[in-house]
Amino acid sequence: MHDFAIALPEIFLAVAAMAMLMIGVFQKPGSDMGLVSWLGILSLAVALVLVVTGEGDNVSFAGLFVDDPFARFAKVLILIGSAAAIILSQGFVRREGMNRFEYPVLIMIATLGMLMMVSANDLISLYMGIELQSLPLYVLAAFKRDSTRTTEAGLKYFVLGALSSGMLLYGCSMIYGFTGSTTFGDIANVMQGQEKAGLGLVIGIVFLSAGLAFKVSAVPFHMWTPDVYEGAPSPVTAFFATAPKVAALAMFLRAMLEPFGGMEADWRQIIWLISVLSMLLGAFAAIGQHNIKRLMAYSSIGHVGYALVGLTAATSEGVRGVLVYLTIYLVMNVGTFACILAMRRGDRMVESIDDLRGLGKTHKGMAMALAIFMFSLAGVPPLAGFFGKFYVFMAAINAGLYYLAVIGVLASVVGAFYYLRIIKIMYFDEPTEPLSKPIGMELGVLMAVTAFLTAAFFVVPGVLVNGAAVAAGSLFP
Amino acid sequence: MILPALAFYLFATITVACGVMVIASRNPVHSVLFLILAFFNSAGLFVLLGAEFLAMILVIVYVGAVAVLFMFVVMMLDINFVELRQGFLQYLPIGLLVSFILLVEILMVVGAWVIAPETAAVAAAPTPDPALRSNVAALGDLVYTRYVYLFQAAGMILLVAMIGAIVLTLRSRPGVRRQRIADQVSRTRDSSVEIKKVQPGQGV
Repeated sequence: MHDFAIALPEIFLAVAAMAMLMIGVFQKPGSDMGLVSWLGILSLAVALVLVVTGEGDNVSFAGLFVDDPFARFAKVLILIGSAAAIILSQGFVRREGMNRFEYPVLIMIATLGMLMMVSANDLISLYMGIELQSLPLYVLAAFKRDSTRTTEAGLKYFVLGALSSGMLLYGCSMIYGFTGSTTFGDIANVMQGQEKAGLGLVIGIVFLSAGLAFKVSAVPFHMWTPDVYEGAPSPVTAFFATAPKVAALAMFLRAMLEPFGGMEADWRQIIWLISVLSMLLGAFAAIGQHNIKRLMAYSSIGHVGYALVGLTAATSEGVRGVLVYLTIYLVMNVGTFACILAMRRGDRMVESIDDLRGLGKTHKGMAMALAIFMFSLAGVPPLAGFFGKFYVFMAAINAGLYYLAVIGVLASVVGAFYYLRIIKIMYFDEPTEPLSKPIGMELGVLMAVTAFLTAAFFVVPGVLVNGAAVAAGSLFP
Repeated sequence: MILPALAFYLFATITVACGVMVIASRNPVHSVLFLILAFFNSAGLFVLLGAEFLAMILVIVYVGAVAVLFMFVVMMLDINFVELRQGFLQYLPIGLLVSFILLVEILMVVGAWVIAPETAAVAAAPTPDPALRSNVAALGDLVYTRYVYLFQAAGMILLVAMIGAIVLTLRSRPGVRRQRIADQVSRTRDSSVEIKKVQPGQGV
C-alpha cells in the first residue's frame, strides 16, 4: 500500500483542522463556535471511519509510522474521547467567555498529535507526536486568558512539559548513541544479539521512561497534575483526563515493548516502582481533597498506576488488560466530567465536593449517574471499573508479580473511601443551596450513555476484551 | 595535516569560550554578541567537517535572523537582569549537586561506550560519500524524502505555535482607527463631498 494511504486518517485530520481554521477565520468576527465545533466532530467521526477501515500491520514513511491493530484500537478511543470533549465544552465555553473558534481547532490538532503518538514507530516521530499533542494542550489550559488561575495553570504545564521533553530527548539521544538507530525495529534487532543491555542504554531507557511518565502523570513526575487540573477550565480538564491519557499510555506501552521488549528485566523494576507509587499516592492524597477537579487529578494518577500494572507484566495479557482499562477509564471519566460540568449555580460554576450535598434529592438522574461512575471508579463489581482492574491484576499475577497485585488491590480499597464519600455526600447529607436545574441536553445525553455503558459492561464484556486481545497481539509478534 | 587540526582547535576553543561568556557576561547585549561569535565559530567547525551548506545556513539563519531577533527582544524588553539573578546563589548548592550527579552519569556512560561495528551498520541515516553526493542533495534526501513525515509534522507544530500566540495575545480593541484600503478606494464623490449653499452673512 502507498505510504500516504496508510496514514490517511492523520492526513485527513490535518487537512480538516486547517479547513476548520479557515472557516473560523472567514466567519464574521465574534460569531459562535458552534459551526466549527460540529464540523470538527464530523471530521473526527470521518477519521474514525478511516481508522476502522484500515487493515493489517503496515509500516510507512521509511519505518517512521506504523498502523497496526494496537494503534487502531488506541486511535478509536482517542477520537471518541476528543469528540466527547468538544461536546462537553459546548455549554461551558459560551457561559465563560471562551467562545472562540480556535478552541475546537486546537482540540483537533491535539488529537492529530495523539494519533501520531500511538502510531510512532521511531523515537523521532514519537517526539514529534508528543509535541504536536502538548502544544495545543498548553494553549487550551490557558485558554481563558483573563483568569489568573488558568494562565498560571497553562504556564506551569508549559514549563514542566518542556522540562519533561528535555528529559525524553536526552534519553532518546542516549539510545540512539548506543544502538545507532532511532527506529524501534532496528533498536530491537541490535538488542537481540546482546544478553545484557549496556549501561548507557539503560540510562537512556531511564530518561525515556521518566519523560514518558511525566506525560502520563505517574508518580514521581505527577506534581503538575493537580494544579493544572484545578486551574484549567473544566472542559479542558475533562479533555486532559481522557484522550491525552489514553494516547500517552498507549505510546508508553509501544515505546517500552517494541524496541526494548527483549530486555524487560532491565526496565521492569522502574515501571514497577512508578506503578506502585502512583497507585498509593492516588489512593492516599485524594482523601484530603475538597475540590472535585483536584480529586479527579489524584484519581487519574491512581488510575495510571493501575494501568501501568499491565505494562509491568510485559505480556500480551498485560497489554490487553491496559487497553481494556483505558477504554473503561475513558468512558467513566467522560461521564464524571459531564457531571462536574453540570455543577453550577446560576451562571457560576462550583467545584467543591460539598456543593454536591443532597444531590440525590434535587437531581435524581445526575446523582444516579455520578453514583454509578463513583462505584465504578472505586472498582465495585459488577460495574465496568471492576473488570478493568481485574484484567490488569490477573495479568500481573500470571506474570508472577504477586506483590504488585496485592499492593494494587490494597490501594484500590483505600481509594474506594473517597469515591464512596462522594456518594454519601450526595445521598445522605442535607442540601444546602441546590445546583441549577436544566443541566443541558449534551451533558445529559453523555451522562446517560456513559452511565449505561459503565453499568451494562458486564453483560457483553467479550466485544471489548477480544478486540483488546487482537490489538495487544500485534505488539508481540 | 596540521592546518585542519589547528583550525579545529581554534574554532572549538573560541566556541566554548563564547558559550561560557554568553551565560557569564553581565550585560545581556554582550551575551547575544558572544552568542553570535559562537555561531560563527560553529559554522567554521561545520566547514571543517565538509558540511558547507549547513555552515552557510547557520550563518544566515542563526546569525542573520535568530540572533538579531534575540537582540531586538533583549533591547526592547525592560528586564532587570540583576533582579533575575538574585536567587542564583541560594540555589547554587542544589544546582551544583544535580549537575555533579549528571556529570558522573555521563562519565560512566562514556566509560562504558564501545563503538560496536554492528551499530554503524544499522545507522538510520548513513552519511553519503561527499565526493558522490553534494551537501545540498544529501540534506534534501533526508529532509524531503526520508523524513518528509517529520517535516510535515514540524510544519503542523509551527502552525499550532502561531495559533497559540494569536489565541493567547490578540485582543480586538474597540475604538482603534485603522486604515482600510478597500473603504478608501470605494469612496465615491457622493459619499464624501457635500455641497452646501452658504447664505451670505449666516455662516455654515
